[in-house]
Amino acid sequence: MAHILVFVEQRNNEIRAASLQAISEARRQAAAGGMEVAAVLPGHGVADAAAGLGAYGAGRVHVADDPQFERYSAEGYTAVVAKAAEQVQPTAIFFPGTAMGRDLAPRVAARLGVGALADVVELTLEGDAFVARRPVYSAKAFATVDTAGKRPQVISLRPNVFAAEKSDGGSAEVVQLEGVSPTIRAVVQELRDTGGGELDVAEADVIVSGGRGIKGPENFELIRKLADVLGGAVGASRAVVDAGWISHDHQVGQTGKVVSPSLYVACGISGAIQHLAGMSSSKVIVAVNKDPDAPIFKIADYGVVGDLFQVLPPMVEEIEKLKA
Amino acid sequence: MNCVVCVTSVPDTASVIKIGGDGKGIDETGIKWIVSPYDEYALEEALQLTEAKGGEVTAITFGPARAEAALRDCLARGAHQAIHILGGEASLGDSYTIARVLAAALKDRSWDLILCGFKGVGTDNGQVGQMLAELLDIPHVGNVTELEVGDGSLKAGREVEGGREQVSSSMPALLTCQKGLNEPRYAALKGIMAAKRKPVDKVELSSLGIDEAGDRSYEVRKLELPPPKEAGTIIQGEDDPAGAARQLVELLRTEAKAI
Repeated sequence: MAHILVFVEQRNNEIRAASLQAISEARRQAAAGGMEVAAVLPGHGVADAAAGLGAYGAGRVHVADDPQFERYSAEGYTAVVAKAAEQVQPTAIFFPGTAMGRDLAPRVAARLGVGALADVVELTLEGDAFVARRPVYSAKAFATVDTAGKRPQVISLRPNVFAAEKSDGGSAEVVQLEGVSPTIRAVVQELRDTGGGELDVAEADVIVSGGRGIKGPENFELIRKLADVLGGAVGASRAVVDAGWISHDHQVGQTGKVVSPSLYVACGISGAIQHLAGMSSSKVIVAVNKDPDAPIFKIADYGVVGDLFQVLPPMVEEIEKLKA
Repeated sequence: MNCVVCVTSVPDTASVIKIGGDGKGIDETGIKWIVSPYDEYALEEALQLTEAKGGEVTAITFGPARAEAALRDCLARGAHQAIHILGGEASLGDSYTIARVLAAALKDRSWDLILCGFKGVGTDNGQVGQMLAELLDIPHVGNVTELEVGDGSLKAGREVEGGREQVSSSMPALLTCQKGLNEPRYAALKGIMAAKRKPVDKVELSSLGIDEAGDRSYEVRKLELPPPKEAGTIIQGEDDPAGAARQLVELLRTEAKAI
């Protein structure tokens, strides 16, 4: 039976959400196409995490459980995925479109002598060919693409676009991949936490972003309050990152991160195309802006024309009331 | 310390995108072409490295005749020479074919470091660098925002979700460059004049033995504009901001079910 192989990403042996989304999508596609889902997980001490992937639809998980795979390396992980692909002979390999997945998928594809479809937001199956839809030109257009008959089909899925869904599967069968001994020349020496425990915009389900309209760096406090009550992350426009009001890892848009949360609240952001490129695939977009002609209102599902300093505090209060 | 910088020319990000007649590409009428913004970080880093350590910067691109402008821009900013592989129309967005072409052109040349942009703005794949590194069998570090180059080795910082990875690597190596790495310089008039006399090596695709149209890894079936977005619900909140806030939260809760 044909297989979809899914690369699964862990950090400190916790499976990242985008990987569960990729497995879930693989399961949905496999069900439609009469295929099976296998996963590949490099790490150290990952057997339990691997077994747990069964709940999302992975039948078998190929682990490379070894201290040298505890942290990411493009060369090491490429060797692991290539070995799993050699055993599984998948028709497609899915990657979560995270920093790691987007870095790894092309290297794996080149090792296997094929191309790759990146940052996919919609997938359909025609026979055994995946037809993918992906945003191009800063989301000013969408391309429908395929791999021109090449197999396996290497595909990275944009995080938070495909739903993670538990199936009724039990524990996955866990198999150790033997004989993977890559030469690793680029070695991750350290993974430093820069978020201070804050949720990263690329992984958040709710994002509240501030732009020039917040007037000064100290007013990110107001943005943060709204983000906190919504259980979300703090985002920012390019203008305020360039002004040094907040660090680049918060930036949403073309030279920042591309995000697809369930709820995106843009506060004091006019909506330059560079910003829209990073957030227009959000499910619900809310804009708060003084300028009724701000372009952000053209793509907003809900908007308030008004002073954010007077609109945000009562919003925080209202949401707190709801939660009480 | 010789650096190769891979550049691509892309529509200016402010361009209005219209779909071309074949329904698979953009209408290029009126498009202003620029060096992809991330490639500017790659070029700047290469210029700074060679200024500090000696050596030369070679800019390379795979593109149609108009792509020479991107190379001239690199030369004007300080690159020493350029390679222009002619073609690219059939492989727009086909990262693997582009990587194969670049690998074929670079494999017999000498370099210590290859620098690419984190992605080409437009096709937005972000894959050519990693594929090129694999084809040349060298290590790569992607999404680099910090770099320190030593003797035969380098240390690079790359952004990941909620953190930063510190990577050390031997050289030769390939880096894909991200915003934050440096502040790209502009071309000065003197540089623009000097660029006219610098060499651009024209390479025919056929001499590399690659058939870009016949051996594709990426097929565009259709290119379309995003579906028109329905007008949203806009609340006028100038006079009663608190009331507008209440109304908004209510809509988000009951209608959008987003809270």
